[in-house]
Amino acid sequence: MSEPVPYTIVGDVSDLPDCAMGPRNIVWWGNIGFMLIEGTAFLLAMAVYLYLQSESPSWPPAGDTPPDLAWSTMFTVGLFTSEALNLWVSRKAKAKDAAGVRRGTLLMALAGLMFLVVRGVELDHLNIRWDQDAYGSAVWMLMVLHTSHLTTELGESAVQSAWLHTHRIDPDQFSDVQDNCEYWTFVVLAWVPIYVLIYWVPRWT
Amino acid sequence: MNRAWGLAGCLALGGCSGANSVLAPAGYQAHALLDVLKLTVFVGAAMYVLVLAFLTLGIVRRRVQESGDLPVVEPADAGLHRGLIAWSVLILCGLSLLITASFVLDRHLAAAQPSETLEVRVTAQQWWWRFVYRDPATGRWVETANELHLPVGRTVRVTLGSNDVIHSFWVPSLAGKMDVIPGRVNVLDLTPRRLGWFRGQCAEFCGVQHAHMAFDVKVESEADFRAWLANQARPAVSPSGVDAARGMRIVSTQCAACHTVRGTAAAGRAGPDLTHLGARRRMAAGTLALNRGNIEGWILQPQSIKPGTLMPATSLDSRGAEAVARYLEALK
Amino acid sequence: MTVEAERHHALLRTWSDAPGIWGFLTTVDHKRIAARYVLTAVALLAIAGLLAVDMRLQLSQPNMGRMGPQGFNEAFALHGSTMLFLVSVPVMEAMAMWLVPLMLGARTVAYPRLAAFSYWLYLGGVLMLWIAHALDVTPDLGWFEYPPLSGPAYAPGHRVDVWAQMITFSEVAALAASVNIVATILKMRPPGMTLAKMPLFIWAMLVASLMTIFALPSVMLVTSMLIADRLVSTHFFTPTGGGDTLLFQHLFWFFGHPEVYIIFVPALGFVSAITETFSRRTVFGYIPMVLSMLAIAVLAFGLWVHHMFAVGLPKMGNSFYTAASMAIALPAGMQIFCWIATIWSGRPMFRTPLLWVIGFIVTFVIGGLSGVMTASAPLDLQLTDTYFVVAHLHYVLIGGAMFPLFGAFCYWYPKATGRLMSERWGVVSFVLIIVGFNVGFFPMHLLGLEGMPRRIYTYPAETGWGPLNLVATIGTFISTAGGVVFVANAFLSLKRGKVAGDDPWGGSTLEWATQSPPCAHNFNEVPVVRSLAPLWDRDGRQAMIGLSATCREVLVTSAVNAEPQYRHKSPAPSIWPFLAAVATSILFVASIFTPWALVWGALPVALTLIVWFWPNRPRANATDQQVTRS
Ligand code: HEA
Ligand code: HEA
Ligand code: HEC
Ligand code: CUA
Ligand SMILES: [Cu+2]
Repeated sequence: MSEPVPYTIVGDVSDLPDCAMGPRNIVWWGNIGFMLIEGTAFLLAMAVYLYLQSESPSWPPAGDTPPDLAWSTMFTVGLFTSEALNLWVSRKAKAKDAAGVRRGTLLMALAGLMFLVVRGVELDHLNIRWDQDAYGSAVWMLMVLHTSHLTTELGESAVQSAWLHTHRIDPDQFSDVQDNCEYWTFVVLAWVPIYVLIYWVPRWT
Repeated sequence: MNRAWGLAGCLALGGCSGANSVLAPAGYQAHALLDVLKLTVFVGAAMYVLVLAFLTLGIVRRRVQESGDLPVVEPADAGLHRGLIAWSVLILCGLSLLITASFVLDRHLAAAQPSETLEVRVTAQQWWWRFVYRDPATGRWVETANELHLPVGRTVRVTLGSNDVIHSFWVPSLAGKMDVIPGRVNVLDLTPRRLGWFRGQCAEFCGVQHAHMAFDVKVESEADFRAWLANQARPAVSPSGVDAARGMRIVSTQCAACHTVRGTAAAGRAGPDLTHLGARRRMAAGTLALNRGNIEGWILQPQSIKPGTLMPATSLDSRGAEAVARYLEALK
Repeated sequence: MTVEAERHHALLRTWSDAPGIWGFLTTVDHKRIAARYVLTAVALLAIAGLLAVDMRLQLSQPNMGRMGPQGFNEAFALHGSTMLFLVSVPVMEAMAMWLVPLMLGARTVAYPRLAAFSYWLYLGGVLMLWIAHALDVTPDLGWFEYPPLSGPAYAPGHRVDVWAQMITFSEVAALAASVNIVATILKMRPPGMTLAKMPLFIWAMLVASLMTIFALPSVMLVTSMLIADRLVSTHFFTPTGGGDTLLFQHLFWFFGHPEVYIIFVPALGFVSAITETFSRRTVFGYIPMVLSMLAIAVLAFGLWVHHMFAVGLPKMGNSFYTAASMAIALPAGMQIFCWIATIWSGRPMFRTPLLWVIGFIVTFVIGGLSGVMTASAPLDLQLTDTYFVVAHLHYVLIGGAMFPLFGAFCYWYPKATGRLMSERWGVVSFVLIIVGFNVGFFPMHLLGLEGMPRRIYTYPAETGWGPLNLVATIGTFISTAGGVVFVANAFLSLKRGKVAGDDPWGGSTLEWATQSPPCAHNFNEVPVVRSLAPLWDRDGRQAMIGLSATCREVLVTSAVNAEPQYRHKSPAPSIWPFLAAVATSILFVASIFTPWALVWGALPVALTLIVWFWPNRPRANATDQQVTRS
């Protein structure tokens, strides 16, 4: 309608790159946003556990036994080992090494599958059902939360790996691989306090 | 001064009984609370007037036309900056005052020491109140419902418990409210200072009949209170007359699963104790005035009077209901 | 055609949606999505408002028989839940989604497909609640539903599940929208717009979105725990199983208190934008304003217990929460000062948007002060759960958030539609709503002090609450009339309003630099910003060129200093966000009935998400298996 107000041209962005990695990339921020959301949920779920503990005269409540250590320790050790692999994949992505990320994501997907199996056994050794008492409910809530992250992460790695093996890899996808690696680090780190809460706190009190 | 406030409140209401008003306190706690309420209103009103004055002046102020019609980016406003600082300091002062008042009030409320001799336990149920007193004379527990009696001038600590959902015990004229939470025990101190009837009501939403979960509070002299409690401790009077006797038989068979009438076979716990029902002012947690017609109506159709109440309609005919009503009305 | 016009048309072709229903379902245009959001929320505002009118009729006199207890309980539950979860929060996000890119001179939001997904999922929540209502599975315990009353023992059936799952819907949508807005604000600002030159409106939206990210997980967690208690017999809230009913309240209010500021802070953004434009000067005290918003956001997470003063927690703790709650009066009061100071030292033009700002100040401060009263832990024992709180919450929600929203609606209406709303009818609706509101809600303070608890469907005559309730009901009718005038004005002005032009008010921020309504790509070139009020700069406008006209490119800049970093490829329209929302809705609804829905329901969700994010790139072949090193 009205005449556009004239403006002076003070720059040209066409010589900027058309992709970026890490915090420069806008997608990275979305990833961080969702980690913040899920991290908050984890923290609150842990707070719930501690709150219920503070309301209970003994912990675990009389009659309950703490969960077994064997499988969970195996799981935890495995998880940390996988983090080394994960960091390696991330480096490959940063170096834009196509063969490396193809292999790496495949390995990560396989590792994820293995973790899910171990987790399944671990759930069987919690020595409590979710509907037994509030302690059981809290334990299962933390486990289900973390397991759902394992599952999504497994799904993501698998799909990513499949895509990478069948397509030409552009810088954007290297960036996606990096994001996925960071997410895995988040899942690993989130496990540490949960592991302490579920397996050690009932033994210390 | 206090009275003036209560009066103002009543005027605003077009004349109220003041039986359930924060503005017409009849107890130590409610008095203390009203004092702080007034202070807060006063501080708030002063700040509000300042805001309005600033705004009004800002609107009607004559503008100096210096810069034509062009809007201004970040003009210098030294005077306003000083104003902002002064205003912030003023707010801080106001807040300090209010926070201190709040602290002091808490101390005040704790200052009224409950007497050890009188114990009152309140159990909130969907949708009525169970009151249990320990008779200092005999040490026995005496149960009644929906009507709380308190001696004037003494601090009583009521213990609040619930077996179903969360309720809230509130007698605005006497003290603030306190939630009644299953799995927990809360306490509330009441120090009534004025004789009379007051109204209490459940303040936390507790289901379909939350609206009809009121109770009466009677503040009376120490002697009257003792007499009342002694009477409550007695078993129910025996019926006089054939009708009432028939009523008693019905109650001790058809109502006994839920109601207690001490001295008879009725010993249910699901509903209010009826041993001295006739001595109360109202029934069904403040829903109806207590008289024979209302008792009869209630027995026949509790669900249409208080839809959703946990008392089921009985299979009595109107003659049976009348007999029961005669009997219950006489249970003074 | 000039070169410029040619480029404009090329951009239009690149950024326009497909025509017809396909375009409707696949669009990722932030303006279209946000407009849908706003219209849905306004329609719900009307429906939930009419429910309130129904409640007011029932309460207008003692012992009214219009509604039974069940009907009334459903009415206030639907009213409160809809107003907070499906009106206030979404409408604020929608305003951000519409305005933030325009105010940043950007082509779209950071994640356009995610924006579409947010809306469809929100719509899923709306439909679930209201279809359930049509099937008589209406939530009936209020906008917060405490166990054990909402637990399996006292609330059989699915009413509570519908309420809890409606929250999951709307909160997932809100979280997605917030991440989107935060990323847009941090990474898509125009060159030159450092954090210190960001309009206050953008600050408000940034703060509110960050608050959302930290507050909403709490309510999703707590409603999921409630559903678990109901569906698989966990014991989070059952005292007999070692659970605790207060745990629910802590988690709910850890969300619930920030929630009200999530509604209120965007409104501060509206007020700042309107005050600036109509006072013809930038808002006084930019730095105190920004710090105030940040202070409100931080404090908001430390005072949830002020909703629980009557539950019997230790007194010392309560005193802390009293102090923290009252402390909010400082930033709030400073902001009020700054706006008035802006009007005071500016040359105000009293058009309807500015009238709404004045109405906001006059009304909101009353609500803020009643909030300070309830913040006193001992005093709150008299005020909580009464009509005093009902008065407080309407003064702050309507006076503090809805009035600025109405002002914002009038202010940006010409930008969105190309036409101005009628000033005369604007003033009429303003006066009716302000007067009706105060007549309707002020008496509620007194009712609360006279002992009237909230959430009661009737009351006996001897309480003396009749007359004031009648006054309140009359006030409601006056403001409803105002609401009807407002809506009618908005409708009629679509066709009959004066043509607005790009910049009818002489605004200061970038959205006024583009067409009204803005074209599909918002701006032909990337504006460059040098001051807080770029359109008021005396020495002309600046821009950068170089974004492609033939593919969807946006400029990404650095988070703090907004230095150009790279050209990002923005995704094209797609049906998959819609399908993903449908799949997610199925999962949410089904998990009311069986926990296994979380397993089989996740498959279609995963499938739709995979296709949505599947990058469309050339397939690998034998040679580039090795050579991709770009
Ligand atoms: C937009 C929403 C909004 C906003 C902005 C606020 C703002 C505030 N609210 Fe409110 N609140 C609600 C929405 C909101 N509230 C809702 C919905 C509920 C009910 C929930 C439910 O139970 O259903 C509620 C309930 C609620 C309670 C619980 C009441 C109860 O259930 O017992 C409390 C208690 O502390 C409280 C306090 C405050 C305070 C201190 C502020 C402060 O932020 C206000 C600050 C502003 C000012 C103070 C005015 C400006 C300042 C000045 C002019 C300076 C001078 C002032 C002084 C020196 C005092 N609110
Ligand atoms: C933004 C939030 C919001 C808004 C706008 C309102 C608006 C109104 N509210 Fe609401 N209210 C709440 C949030 C809100 N409320 C909350 C959170 C609760 C607590 C619930 C709980 O306890 O759980 C509550 C509770 C509540 C109660 C207490 C219930 C109780 O405790 O028993 C009452 C009682 O009077 C009430 C009344 C009203 C009235 C009369 C309006 C009026 O202002 C409404 C006026 C608006 C309209 C009538 C609509 C306008 C009409 C149109 C726009 C016409 C449209 C036409 C076309 C589309 C062509 N509300
Ligand atoms: C299934 C349990 C049940 C049965 C059977 C039952 N009642 Fe009730 N009754 C209640 C409950 C619960 C209340 C409290 C109702 C309320 O106020 O919501 C009540 C309340 C009352 C009240 C009012 C008491 C008061 O303190 O205000 C009276 C009177 C009464 N019942 C009489 C009877 C009579 C007479 C019968 C038998 C004919 C009977 N009830 C049978 C459960 C029962
Ligand atoms: Cu009991 Cu409300
Ligand atoms: Cu709050």
